[in-house]
Parts: sequence; structure tokens; C-alpha cells
Amino acid sequence: MIVHFEPASEEGIATVVRAMAADRASLAVIGGNTRSGLGNPVRADRVLSTRRLSGIVSYAPAEMTLTALAGTPIREIEQALAANRQMLAFEPMDHRPIFASSGEPTIGGVFAANVSGPRRYVAGAARDSLLGVRFVNGQGEAIKAGGRVMKNVTGLDLVKLLAGSYGTLGILTEVTFRVLPLPPAAQTVVVSGLNDAGAAAVMAEAMAQTTEVCGAAHLPESVRGRFIDGALPDGAATVLRLEGLEASVSLRADTLAKALARFGAVARLDGGQTAKLWAEIRDVKPYADGTKRPLWRVSVAPSLGHQLVAALRLQTGVDAFYDWQGGLVWLRMEADPEAELVRRYIKVLGGGHATLVRAEEGYRAVIPAFEPQPPPVAQLSDRVRATFDPHRIFNPGRMAAIS
Amino acid sequence: MAETIGFLQPKQSVISRRRDIVADLADLLPAGCLISDERGLKPFETDAFIAYRRMPLAVALPETTEQVAALLKYCSRYGVPVVPRGAGTSLSGGAIPQEDAVVIGLSKMSRILDIDLFNRTATVQAGVTNLNISEAVSADGFFYAPDPSSQLACTIGGNIGMNSGGAHCLKYGVTTNNLLGVKMVLHDGTVIELGGKALDAAGYDLLGLVCGSEGQLGIVTEATVRLIAKPEGARPVLFGFASSQAAGACVADVIGSGIIPVAIEFMDKPAIEICEAFAHAGYPLDVEALLIVEVEGSEQEMDEMLASIVAVARRHGVATIKECQTAMEAAAIWKGRKSAFGATGRIADYICMDGTVPLSQLSHVLARTGEIVAGYGLRVANVFHAGDGNMHPLILYNINDPEDAARAEAAGNDILKLCVDAGGCLTGEHGVGIEKRDLMLHQFNQADLDQQMAARAAFDPQWILNPSKVFPLEGRPAA
Repeated sequence: MIVHFEPASEEGIATVVRAMAADRASLAVIGGNTRSGLGNPVRADRVLSTRRLSGIVSYAPAEMTLTALAGTPIREIEQALAANRQMLAFEPMDHRPIFASSGEPTIGGVFAANVSGPRRYVAGAARDSLLGVRFVNGQGEAIKAGGRVMKNVTGLDLVKLLAGSYGTLGILTEVTFRVLPLPPAAQTVVVSGLNDAGAAAVMAEAMAQTTEVCGAAHLPESVRGRFIDGALPDGAATVLRLEGLEASVSLRADTLAKALARFGAVARLDGGQTAKLWAEIRDVKPYADGTKRPLWRVSVAPSLGHQLVAALRLQTGVDAFYDWQGGLVWLRMEADPEAELVRRYIKVLGGGHATLVRAEEGYRAVIPAFEPQPPPVAQLSDRVRATFDPHRIFNPGRMAAIS
Repeated sequence: MAETIGFLQPKQSVISRRRDIVADLADLLPAGCLISDERGLKPFETDAFIAYRRMPLAVALPETTEQVAALLKYCSRYGVPVVPRGAGTSLSGGAIPQEDAVVIGLSKMSRILDIDLFNRTATVQAGVTNLNISEAVSADGFFYAPDPSSQLACTIGGNIGMNSGGAHCLKYGVTTNNLLGVKMVLHDGTVIELGGKALDAAGYDLLGLVCGSEGQLGIVTEATVRLIAKPEGARPVLFGFASSQAAGACVADVIGSGIIPVAIEFMDKPAIEICEAFAHAGYPLDVEALLIVEVEGSEQEMDEMLASIVAVARRHGVATIKECQTAMEAAAIWKGRKSAFGATGRIADYICMDGTVPLSQLSHVLARTGEIVAGYGLRVANVFHAGDGNMHPLILYNINDPEDAARAEAAGNDILKLCVDAGGCLTGEHGVGIEKRDLMLHQFNQADLDQQMAARAAFDPQWILNPSKVFPLEGRPAA
């Protein structure tokens, strides 16, 4: 990708945007360009990268907050946090494996796409950790929203709106977010041999316990062998993660293992294996196969994930695994057209949405990558967008279903 | 009393048509759902920000989403301002009406619609109280986490309007972090649904924008919230200090040590005395400041965490440590804390500030707060959520003395500016309402506010929804 602008300051970005707005020229916005395959293809006159707008502005470990310029590499932030035994609670997915992309994912990109991982189920998404932003809107104005403190209800919460807007509302220039202490210990309890429905029930049972499960995924036999170098026990693996103080994790793992023994064979993974397993779940390892085969990310109520897959299986070949207690389904199908089928079944089952995360560009150009909204919500979203970017210069086409 | 905070000029075109409007609204509602007589309207003239009162044009108490939609469609068509109301517990005047406004109260919409323990969600009508949700699922071992002190009375609709917090959000987050979906009515009567039982929704995060929008984007009629499994046990412990500064520094060090308790609450000596006299919670009276630190988990986990916290407290010269022995003692500790505002109301009128500051600034801001209030010749009691820096100085004054009231307001404004200047914000959980509206330009510049107001106008182009609130009356876009 040819990058036309790499401003090193917020004012530099604002200047570019004002020039684009004056010319009614459109602008593709990228950070490290590792997630450009996500969403519908952008058709823009120029490309702007925030890569040079980089660096940690302030980090107060005792206040659990960090402020960084948008182009700061995630790697740099995670290193700074690790040095203080802290972490990003929302465990952002690294999209490079599934897109076979290279480069450095940036913190701005993570929040622009609201990228979250397995711990999202208990610790919230990226948007829940985001406390404040600075951004440049479509008229080239630098805007501040939110702040640097955990509790803040001063004015409209534009912070949430910017998170997950894929650069279509404004260009993030600075983000302030909450971080959490790194748990000293972690273990995974594995229940083997469950079918998808049985696993959903076991995960719900586990989440209802007082053991504070902070990761609940089901890896059917078709994908199980591709995790942690095939070290998971035979049969489908239902995996439950526990984190916390060393002794407490052991104790809770005992309690959980005992409670779940009636459902199947129970095994345990140590801290090292646990870290590897959940990173691979986060990064969707089974489908990081170097292809551009369509990959869907479905978000539904946890009880519906396996029902959706079962319904789809009556129509077509399906390969899937589940995170978030079953509510997040990573899905590959052999249907044609896939989008219509999966979205129809989601509606029939009671709601949720499907995102086409990866596909050939030609396919992404004709299928709405994000779930189309009901007309009143789509119109409202469009009106909101117009207040940020009246000339529609940012990432045109990226969220085709929205506007 | 002297009123320094203004409201929008009432629209004479609306007030002059009052009789017709009342008749039309009555047609849209079942019998007994519209209040228009003066005695009936009186209880709706203010909320918990009692220094300001305005009589509304009428009060509508719809029973269904369809009725809310019919009301908004009508008001939108005729340009009649609307003030949404839950239980009227707002401390910032968020539910105070105005002479040309119809109050739409959600109190009759108080049914729990669905409890789904498999997915750990509850779907409720907006008028259900916060505590009702937790009570409905308590026997099954779950609870709804945000717990504002007014949780016995305040409604989930109001909680969403203000993005309410509470003592326990240090661990579990505030309303926006626990809200999965809403059904809401837009200004023109259109009914939309945002989110649902899935953890995230497609498209822009309009749900995140609606939460905390103070009734300016629409009226929420139903909400789906997250339920959480109750911990195995919870234990509050009292730590008494010889100075507020020592207690404040201890808070920052506890958080910095990598332990996140469920709650860290702070009380200074005046607050301790007021609450102890009311609730007999067993608070030590010979200390200058008190921290209530609650940890949860298994016995062994709580022991381990408390040992670390005690070690930190000792480094800060803690004078008293009191662990409670029974569940009753624990309940009394929380009763004392949660009745702080009510107990204060018994001895004086007060306004409650709500600024949030970075933890490193806690001691400094506490000291300056004391100086500011003393400078105005008034008294202050501090009782607040220290773990997340959310301060609640209660400025005591006499509401019937206009000069006293003006001094209290001025002191409050100074304190809030102090919070912003210390790197914090005007309001952590109570909302801007009318109270902090005119201070918004201290935290944001006009371009920041213009962007917020433009987004607001995308929802409500005529500015009929709660129009006197949140944004300074000067500098608004032409409707």
C-alpha cells in the first residue's frame, strides 16, 4: 500500500484532513496496516498512516492508566506494562496470523476496531478500558473526549462511539486507557469429549460458580489438535481459564475440576500452557492457514452459538469453534452465498450479528462485512457519522453496511 | 433561595396551549396515567438536587413502550419539551422539569421481563429499581453489579441515563460496562433496539453513546443487563487513620501494589460522626479518616489479599484496623456508608460534589477541598469512592439562607474546577444535569462541546429532550 501522508503530530494530521476536506478528497486511515483485510475494501484517493505519531505519553502504574499516541506499537505498550506487572485487560487479538499480514499493530488500530480477546467475557471489551481519546474529525478539528480517570460521566460518551468505528468518524491521535495488574498465576481446566451443546451447558455451569472463570472456550475435535502443538487431551476440549494469586488459583481449579467431573474427563494445564493456549484461541490459530477462505466471526447469546452451528450444518459443511462461553463463534462454511445463510439463521434464532472478518477482496467488495442494521438504526448511525465527517472523507466503504 | 443556574426560557407558544396539550396527552394514555393538577404535579418539581424547583406542564406515566412512543411523537410534532424521569434521585438536577415540559415518568414500567441464568442476563423495564434486579436473582447466586447508594429507589432507566456507578464498580465497572442492550424511543416516536444478549453489537456503539446521555438522546423503556455470579464470600475491613492525607496515600498504594479490592470507600471525621450516629455501624470515632476496604473470594483468598492490604496500611501508619466477625457486622458497615447522604440530610442541607481525580492527586485535592470550603465559612463532610478517585464532598449549608446557598454553590464550583485542574473530571457518576452544566467549558473547549452537541442533535434535532441540561445554554447550535 502506498502511504501518502505520515504526519508526526496531531496538528499535521489536522492539516492533511483540512486539505482533503477542501478538495473533497477521501482518505484511507491506517495504523500498522495489519488489519486492512477487515471490513469492506476502502476506496480512497489517499492513504494516511498514524505510524509516526508514536510513543507513550504518560504511564502511571499506581493509577492503572496509560496514555499513548495512536501510532504506538502494541508491542511497545505491552513491554512497558509487563515491566510493571500489568496488562491490557481486554487481551486484544493479533490479526496478523489470520491475514498473513506483517508490520506492527498499533494501539490506535486496536481501539478503532474495538479489538478484544477471550477475557472480554469478564473484563470487558477494548471500549470498556478506553477512558479518553483525542481525534481529528472530518473537518480537521482536534477534539478531546473522555479523560484520564476511571469514573467519568461528564458529557456525551464519544469515547465509546469512536471505539469500533473503524476510522470512519475520526482519526484517533491519542488514547488513554485503563490497565490491570498481571495475575501472578493462571491455570486451565480442560473437560474432554463434550459435544457442542454439552459444552455450552458446562461453560454456563462454570460461569455460575464462584470460581471466577475468566475464559471459557470450546474447541471441537476438528480444531483441537491445532492448539498447543496437539498437547490437549483426545476429544473435543472445553477449556476454562482461572487467574489470580497462586494458591487461590490451585484451590479454585480443584473446586472447578470437582464440580465438572461428572461431565467428562478433566485435565489441567499449567501457567505456561495456559498462556500459549489462550493466545492461540485469541488469534484464531486453527484458521490462520495462509488462505483467504471466508472467515466469519459471529456474536450471539452464549446459548445460541451451538444452535446456530447445528442449524447451519443441516445446510452446508461447517467448521467452527467457540469462545466467550459459546457466544463468540469463529466459523468457516462451504455455502454459497454464505452471508445470507448465516445472517438469516441468526435472526431466526433470536439475534446477534455476523462479521466477515476475512475473504478475497472481490468477495468483500460485494458482501456487507458488518451486519446490516435495521433501517432506523442505520439512518441514525448515518446521521451520527455526518456530524463527525460531513464530507465522508474517512475510510469510504469500510463499514458499507453502516453508511 | 437565590438561583444562579438558569433554565431555558419556557416557550410561551407551548404554555399558552397548555389546556389543549393536556387534553391531547390524556387521549394517548389510559385513565390515571396523566397528572396535570397542581397538587399532583408538586412532587415532580425537583429531584434530589432540591435547591432548584420548576413545575412541569404535565406528568405522563405511561405503562408501555407504545405509549411512550405516542407521547414522544406528539411532543416532537408540537415542539413540546420532554423531561424523562425515573425515581427522581438525581443529585445533579437531571430530572428537574421546566414550565413548558412534559415529564415522562417510567415508574409504572416496573416489570422484570426475562431472567436468563444460562446467559446471565436480565431484561427489565426501565422503571425497575436497581436493587430489584439483584434481589430477583440473589437466591440463584447472582447479582447486578453497579450499586449506587440510592439503589433501593433509583431505577435502571435512570442508571442508564446517568451511567451510574456505586461503591463496587472498582472491580465490576459502572453501568455502561454492565449494559448489554436497550429498547428505546427516539424523539419522533420511532422505537429502536440496540444490543441484546450478545456481548457486542454490530455497527457504531450507539448503546455506549446512549448510556450516560442524561435523557437527551431518547427514552429507554427496556434494558438487558449482565448478571454476575456472587463471590464465595466478601469481607469489609475498617482502617482508621490519624489524617486524611495518610488515608488518601494508602489508597493509591493499595491500588499500586497490584491488588484491586472490590471497593475502597473513604470517610473523613465529620462523615464518620454523621454516619455512626445514624447507623451505629461500629465506626471508630477517634480517627480523622476511615477506609472501608472490601475484598471478596474464598476465605483463604480474602486472608491473602487482606494481609497485603494490612501491610500497606501499616506503612501509612494506620491507627485502627477492625475486621468484622459476622455478616451482621459487615451489613452494618455498608449500611452506614450507603446511608451517608440521608444521614447528612438529617443534620443540614447539603450539596454533593462528584468530581473524579487521579489517585496520586487524592491527598492534595482533599486538603484543598477543606481549605476552599473553610474559606467560604462552611463545613464539609467527605465520603466517597476512593479506589477510583471519585470524590463526594458534601458541602453543608442552610437552604433557607440565600447567601449561605450562594456560598455553597460557589465552593462547589471551585472544588469541581480543582478536580479538573488536577487531571480529573467534573462528574464521576452523578451526571452533569443542571448543576455542572455551566462548568463544562472548564473541562472541554467549545470545539469538543460542539462535536458532542452535534452528535446529540443527530438524535434529537429539535432539542426537545431534557433541553436545559448538560450543555451550557450559551453557544448551542440553532435548533
